[in-house]
Amino acid sequence: MSTLVIAEHDNSSLNGSTLNAVAAAQAMGADIDMLVAGANCGAVAEQAAAVPGIGKVLLADNAAYEHQLAENLGLLIAEVGANYDNIVAAATTSGKNTMPRVAALLNVAQISDILSVESADTFKRPVYAGNVIATVQTSDAKKVITVRTTAFDPAPAEGGSATIEAIDAVHDAGLSTFVGEEIAASDRPDLTAAPVVISGGRGMQNGENFKLLDGIADKLGAAIGASRAAVDAGFVPNDMQVGQTGKIVAPDLYIAVGISGAIQHLAGMKDSKVIVAINKDEDAPIFQVADYGLVADLFDALPELEAAL
Amino acid sequence: MKVLVAVKRVVDHNVKVRAKADGSDVDLNNVKMAINPFCEIAVEEAVRLKEAGVASEIIAVSVGDKACQEQIRTALALGADRGIQIETEGAVEPLVVAKLLKGVVEKEQPQLVILGKQSIDGDNNQTGQMLGALANMGQGTFASEVKVDGDHVSVTREVDGGLQTVKLKLPAIVTTDLRLNEPRYASLPNIMKAKKKQLDVYTPADLGVEITSHLTQLRVEPPAERQAGIKVESVAQLVDKLKNEAKVI
Repeated sequence: MSTLVIAEHDNSSLNGSTLNAVAAAQAMGADIDMLVAGANCGAVAEQAAAVPGIGKVLLADNAAYEHQLAENLGLLIAEVGANYDNIVAAATTSGKNTMPRVAALLNVAQISDILSVESADTFKRPVYAGNVIATVQTSDAKKVITVRTTAFDPAPAEGGSATIEAIDAVHDAGLSTFVGEEIAASDRPDLTAAPVVISGGRGMQNGENFKLLDGIADKLGAAIGASRAAVDAGFVPNDMQVGQTGKIVAPDLYIAVGISGAIQHLAGMKDSKVIVAINKDEDAPIFQVADYGLVADLFDALPELEAAL
Repeated sequence: MKVLVAVKRVVDHNVKVRAKADGSDVDLNNVKMAINPFCEIAVEEAVRLKEAGVASEIIAVSVGDKACQEQIRTALALGADRGIQIETEGAVEPLVVAKLLKGVVEKEQPQLVILGKQSIDGDNNQTGQMLGALANMGQGTFASEVKVDGDHVSVTREVDGGLQTVKLKLPAIVTTDLRLNEPRYASLPNIMKAKKKQLDVYTPADLGVEITSHLTQLRVEPPAERQAGIKVESVAQLVDKLKNEAKVI
């Protein structure tokens, strides 16, 4: 058996989610190779080669792959992946964008967002916004899989010495071009990788009040998130959303402020090590999952918390 | 320009779905069904394109048994012009749905296909992308803005860390994210009018597609419960617990 892990990166560094995907691949018990597709991304291939347990790193370095366009990448992965039993990527927006194209090109099902590997062909995955965990078995010889990163502890990043092999295949589907991107410039850690996350919900009342979280986040080195209700209400942009339809996080400390605790939100943060809830409604469902609950008006509690840290 | 919109009948998003006690499946007895919220956003976007004079006709398509005609009618009441039901039984996997939709794409030749990014039952997030690969179309997934310009469409996408804009050659696929728009409510006169709109029914065989199954659901279970902790009395006590008990700050 052999597994191909798709590296996620920005052409200069390997994204940490790739290490979670490697961990899932290791749980499948097969030999693992990694595909790095990008442009001028040799540095990423070297980081990939340092991950212990990788047999070889396949490097597809071409302008067609610079922006990870799914149309081009899908063709490449389907071609390279033809030699592997499993093709695995992290369930990031990039993995979610590309992998179903790969599965369709190979005429197999995709198994999305796996939480565990039960056996070579059987996996657990969340359905119904995480209200239910399904165990699914595939009859496909070739498996295309995306990995819920928070469900697998990352593989080590250093210590390996895989060989790097360049592959020449160039696939430009000619269907799409990259126009631009606005990646939120922030001094804060990335939401999905931060050791501490503080999130605001509808109880924040407006976008301006999210500033109350800034000082606390600064002191704790935290990323700032939001519930879907806060995003729907237009308080903050969707890239801050924590939940089943947003980002899945599992920090050491998660502080939920003015968040009632809809299942949609819980599905995105309930694997956090320690959960704190601050809410003035003592019956809010968030308290049922919180290790420490504080029934208080957030407009009193937040300044007090900032001062106490 | 013809726009095809796919809609799915799912459990209403307010229903808390549970696994049956025997773990065989989820319990969907007598629960309220509705149009998948992301599909509703897709319909709304198509209607806005028509109102802006960009789209000329909107076709709403759904895959399922007869009951899904209810969701097609909802789309028609929101402004779609006609409907297509592809008659299937039981759960149909995303790959098969994509093949069926490809059959409709070949028949109808839409310039734009808009789908929800995921359905809130299976949470697969696959169908649009699979259709893109099968029909050899570009895709703008998780869209927060869609602008048609001549024979191209620009799509701003919600990606990890921010927004990305891609330009796609038409015909193309768009899958919707939350902030693309806020769907309207259907008015009573439009609901009445929708009942008279054309709704064709195809079988998979009409579209040259064989229903296959790749996945078997062995069992379902509730997620591991997290134990509720304690209530603290004050911010000071909270900070103390985090420092000295949980040792996370």
